This record gives sequence, structure tokens and C-alpha cells, in this order.
Amino acid sequence: MTERIVIVGGGTGGSVLANDLADRLEPELDAGDVEVTLVNDGPEQVYKPVWLYVPFGQREPADGRRRLDELVDDAVDLRIDRVSDVDTDAKRLRFDDGPSMEYDYLVLATGSTLEPERIPGLAEGGHDYYSESGATELRDELLSFTEGEIVLSVVGTPHMCPAAPLEFVFMIDDWFRKRGLREDVEVTYTYPIQRVHGNPHIAEWARPIMDERGIDVETFFNAESVDPDAGTITSMEGTELGYDLLVSIPPHAGVDLIEEAGLGDDGWVDVNKHTLEAEAADDVYALGDTAATGVPNAGSVAHYQAGVVGERLASDVRGRPATATYDGKTLCFIETGMDAASFVEFDYENPPSPAPPSQKLHWSKLAYNESYWLTARGLL
Amino acid sequence: MTEIEPDETVDSRGAACPGPLMDLIGAIRGVDSGAVIRLLSDNEQSHTDVPEWAEESGNELLAVEERDDHAAFYVEKA
Repeated sequence: MTERIVIVGGGTGGSVLANDLADRLEPELDAGDVEVTLVNDGPEQVYKPVWLYVPFGQREPADGRRRLDELVDDAVDLRIDRVSDVDTDAKRLRFDDGPSMEYDYLVLATGSTLEPERIPGLAEGGHDYYSESGATELRDELLSFTEGEIVLSVVGTPHMCPAAPLEFVFMIDDWFRKRGLREDVEVTYTYPIQRVHGNPHIAEWARPIMDERGIDVETFFNAESVDPDAGTITSMEGTELGYDLLVSIPPHAGVDLIEEAGLGDDGWVDVNKHTLEAEAADDVYALGDTAATGVPNAGSVAHYQAGVVGERLASDVRGRPATATYDGKTLCFIETGMDAASFVEFDYENPPSPAPPSQKLHWSKLAYNESYWLTARGLL
Repeated sequence: MTEIEPDETVDSRGAACPGPLMDLIGAIRGVDSGAVIRLLSDNEQSHTDVPEWAEESGNELLAVEERDDHAAFYVEKA
């Protein structure tokens, strides 16, 4: 009997896992004992870290796109369709267009979506660099911005790439400074809790840099509404800030079908944070942003989790006890300007300790971004 | 045991900091003034996060109930 593994979502986690399985289960795939299908709602993979550089005119959105059929091993069946329903009792997926599909093992790697409409006025008044259109529209504003108030507001958590809001204000500061405009631009950073980052170790590292560079900080700031005409953003805590350019990290959610399938709230799958198995259904895994593990929504997390899920699935298919577990490993470069960056590595047990910023780490980040497609192909 | 009847319960047990506080803030966003949210958290940091945020935001922390392996925070939306 053929074991059918279906991966939903062709982002970092989905493509790394598909290629991992193509390699790990090569004998079973060749013999027809296993089928691996990767489902994505479009023909391309989007590498989102590129968007951080788009507003500064340093990257184009096309730099973050590649065809999935060029990234994924030929042994994997690629299906371009959108899943409309997950039935974990019948172990069946329904689709927008094509016929339904049954699975023996399901992996959900559907990622994050943006929901700016949750905050009145945010979609009209705010810009973002968490979407391709957001990044290009922000670029159109930022490249001609020479004076005024810029507010970077982290509205929703969890959000993709927790370091990116810090990176953006550090880059903005340096970018205007190098162009001799910094004195004409005020930069304010807002964060929902009492420090500047969710992780206390990163917050403790970042705050003095912000103070030193004149980046104003508003903590305990949970955006309640935006008035695009008046150019103001108001928090639940009663603080109102004026802005000339508002850049937000919009509220995030997973995809609706996860909640509809009873696998978790807000589109995040409740999982065992070590095995990445869904709590509410058998033979279902989640990885990347989709898995509610409490670790950052970051590509490195999806990458490492994909290796764990691949190893566990191979054990499952071969009838052996699955022993691979995820230890919370996360790697992250943090830009601290236009030509310097820090780096953190941490896991469930060991907290991050940001490396001293250097040009070498900045170039390491850019070099990794260029070579990311080797990761997607399962080579790096 | 408190006799406060919450309008909504948010179970954040198992969540790492600042998950419980963000779950509470999310719940407060979705209810009307006067509604009471009960937050369940086993994260020690919630004992400082929740009172600090309640004071900052003007919402009232009505009671904190210590249970065997977690605490229940009752917050009324202003």
C-alpha cells in the first residue's frame, strides 16, 4: 500500500520538507511505496526577507520569487491549488478547483497572513514591508521622504520575523544619517508590551542602541485606531502619536481552514512543541509560523523544523518509533544599520546573546539571503 | 476562590512570555466596556506584566487567583 504524505504550503518549511523527504525516502519513492505531494496556492515561492530592503530601493520584489517547480525535487508531486477544507477524521483535503485528496500523513505549513483591517484606519493610513505590495508602496513614500515624523508601530504579535521592526528603525536611522537628513526626521518605535522586543534579552540589548541613536520609544502601545486624515495613531492605553509616515507591523493570523478543522485558534495549529504533532488530530504535523510553539515566526525555525518533521515522517512510514525532536533552535541576523548587523542563536533552553554588530555580519546576512534558494532546494 | 463571573476565559497556560499578556490584550480588544476577562497563565512573568499593563491601560485588575500550577487574572475592561 502506498503511504501518501501531503504538505500544504510551499514556503520555506514546505519546500525544505518536500526536498528533505525526496532525499530521505528516495528508495520508497522509487518503489512507489510512498507519494509526497506539495500543495501551494500559486506557482511561485516568495522569500519574504527580501521585502525589508525594498523600501530603501536596495532590492526588487522579483528577487524574492522563484518557481516552485524549479525548487522542488521531481520526485515530489506539485499541485497548484488552494485547500478549502481539512477533514482530519476522514483524512481528506478538499480544494477550490481540483478533486479531493486523501492522505496518510498531513503537514500544514500554510504560514501567516496580514489582517490590517482589524485596526480601524490602519489599512488606509499605514504602510508595511510585510507584503510585496506594502513594500513597494512604502518605497514610493520613503524614497522621497526628507523631513517629518516616521512612526514604526508593532501592532500585532506574534508576527513574522520578530527582529524586523528593530532592523527597520535601525536602518532608517542610519539611512537618513548617511544622507545628512537625520536631524529633519523624527523616528518613533512603538511596542505592545513594556519593553522594545518580546524576548527580554534582545530587548535589553536593543534599547540602549535606540536611546543612543535618538529613536523615540513608546512601550505599552497597542494600536486601537488610525486617523489617516489627521495623521494620528491612538493606542488602547490612551496615547496618541502624530505621524507623517506610518509604518506598521499589521496584525497577523494563520489561514481560516485550520480553525475550521478544529486544529487551533487564529489559524495556528496547537502542537507538541518538541514533536510538532498536532494536539487535536492524528498523523498531522505543523511547522513554521503555522505551528504554535512560541518560538519566532522565522525562516530558520521553519528550516530546522522541516528537518525534524522529515525524520519523524520517515520513521512513521518505515514503521519505526519516531525519535527526532525540535529543540527550539532559532538563528537570526539583525541589521543594526545599512552596513552593520548582529546575530542571535537560541533555543528553548538557551536564551539569545546578540553578537556585537559588525560589517562582516551584515555581509553574512546579505550573502545568506542570496544563497537562500539553496536552502529551499534542500542543499544548504 | 473568587466569585467573579468572567465573560470570557483566555487559557494561555504553556505560552512563553509575552504570550499571556498579548492574549489578554487581544481578548480585551474584542469585548465591550465592563466585560471581565479571566486569563489563565502559568508564566511567572504574568504576575508583573498583567498588573503593569492594567495600570497603564486603565483597565482594572479585579483579582488574582493562585491555583495549583497556574494563576487566574481577572481584568475588567474600562
